[in-house]
Amino acid sequence: MTQTRTVPADDPTKSAAFEARIAAGESIEPKDWMPEKYRRQLVRMMSQHAHSEIVGMLPEANWITRAPSLRRKISLIAKVQDEAGHGLYIYCGTETLGVDRSELIQQLLDGTAKYSSIFNYPTLSWADMGVIGWFVDGAAIVNQTVLAKASYGPYARAMIRVCKEENFHKRQGYEIVATLANGTPAQRAMVQDAVNRWWWPSLMMFGPSDTDSPNTAELIRWKVKRKTNDELRQRFVNLTVPQATAVNLTLPDPDMTYNAESENWEFGAIDWEEFHQVIRGNGPCNRERLDARRLAHDEGAWVRAAAAAYAARQRTASEAA
Amino acid sequence: MSGPAAPPSVAPVPAVPTNALVEYLLRLGDDRLVLGHRVSEWCGHGPILEEDIALSNVSLDLLGQATMLLRLAGDAEGRGRNEDALAYFREVVEFRNCQLVELPKGDFAFTIARQFLFDVYAVVMLDALTGSIHGELAAIAAKSLKEAKYHVRHSGEWMLRLGDGTDESHRRVQKAIDDLWRFTGELFAPDDVDRAMQAAGIGPDLAALRPTWESLVRDVVSRATLTIPNDLPRVASTRGGRTGSHTEYLGHMLAEMQIIARSHPGATW
Repeated sequence: MTQTRTVPADDPTKSAAFEARIAAGESIEPKDWMPEKYRRQLVRMMSQHAHSEIVGMLPEANWITRAPSLRRKISLIAKVQDEAGHGLYIYCGTETLGVDRSELIQQLLDGTAKYSSIFNYPTLSWADMGVIGWFVDGAAIVNQTVLAKASYGPYARAMIRVCKEENFHKRQGYEIVATLANGTPAQRAMVQDAVNRWWWPSLMMFGPSDTDSPNTAELIRWKVKRKTNDELRQRFVNLTVPQATAVNLTLPDPDMTYNAESENWEFGAIDWEEFHQVIRGNGPCNRERLDARRLAHDEGAWVRAAAAAYAARQRTASEAA
Repeated sequence: MSGPAAPPSVAPVPAVPTNALVEYLLRLGDDRLVLGHRVSEWCGHGPILEEDIALSNVSLDLLGQATMLLRLAGDAEGRGRNEDALAYFREVVEFRNCQLVELPKGDFAFTIARQFLFDVYAVVMLDALTGSIHGELAAIAAKSLKEAKYHVRHSGEWMLRLGDGTDESHRRVQKAIDDLWRFTGELFAPDDVDRAMQAAGIGPDLAALRPTWESLVRDVVSRATLTIPNDLPRVASTRGGRTGSHTEYLGHMLAEMQIIARSHPGATW
């Protein structure tokens, strides 16, 4: 990852002016001066986000060909297509920081870039399409609503647009969940099982606990992040518990209790060992996800070469004309 | 005999055998359902991100068209089957799509060449169907035609890029055309159903559409520096997919497509 390399020292006058702009709540735009570390943190966060959209297409695309009705099939394709659009949009946003999309994709394929740990879990039933929309898109919205106020303008604007679509995905997912929860005993069992499998990995989506998050303090100061991982995780839990109750589903946490004083749903201990294993590449589907991306990339090489050769020939022809 | 009573502003559905109308609508709907499904198999696996998006669009349009056409077929049939009952609870031999659309997606060249051949067919066919005296069918055709014109632009541009791109892309797309050509005969071989629809003013003279289709196809193929194979388009002795005689591929596709719906009969999704 880029942040492990040494960062050149920034001009102190410029740094002070930058910090003042941040403190005043100004938006930083691509042509503005920014500390190298700020730029690198943003490249890291934005490219991880874009990669997550792209890798995140795979677990859901896994069910497109088996969707149980035409309406659901169409909605699912449209959702996965939106994710491709988000990926493209955020890659373009990252390019405003002086990195090329192909360079970022190469990092993903090399396994040197990270993406959200949640997409390394398998989708085992149709109910997963509902629960992913409800939990995973729900968690993404909690994260991104805050990122929409990030200090870097292109990222903040991308998040506003992405959030609108994620809200739609979440409603769609929750509607699938509600339909199954009110369906046949087999459908009910299917959706409860999906809830059981996706709950804890969804909580891990917010990243390590604040006590173990090396980047948080600086990102908060620069207003790239506006809330800590733990604050966002708590907000997600508080939103989700009543939604589960509304459809008579049980969240798999016997320790979940309501604290009337803090008005928080206090949840049990997260298995951080599992989180770190998945981040390190040892999750259930890490290899499969990267292999699928590499396969698509490798099999597409001749297509990209053809498009480039054709475009070059067209340019030559139009110059000659 | 005829379909349900039409509202006054719409021309009445002409008196044709219900079976023929249902068959005809199933052919149109199944083409789009099966091809939409095949194209959706690319989602998440395209050669570039832009193509994931573009092919998803094509798939979404085709599945949207299929939904409308199968719903209309179910209404015309009058046995209470909606679009999902028709999509998920029919057997291979009950499907009425042409064989061209059911072939596995192959490589990107195969997908594009098949899409191009179908897209030109769709434009020619839908354009004719906008003049159908069946009001609902004409309306679906008009909406679908706009989409098909976008599709043929997409697949046609890729035919040029692949045909006139690199040696490898040229070789791949030429092989795709060679392998696919024999499946195009079925598209324009009218049978009793087509003739009944033509006589009733619902459908066009199918055979008469072929020259238009072929000249559009040949124009792009030659600009893409490709050639049409000499072998005659195959017209299966059994008439092919239009009467339920399919390749072995369709059964595997349907097994996957229908598994969840069939595992939970009567369930709502």
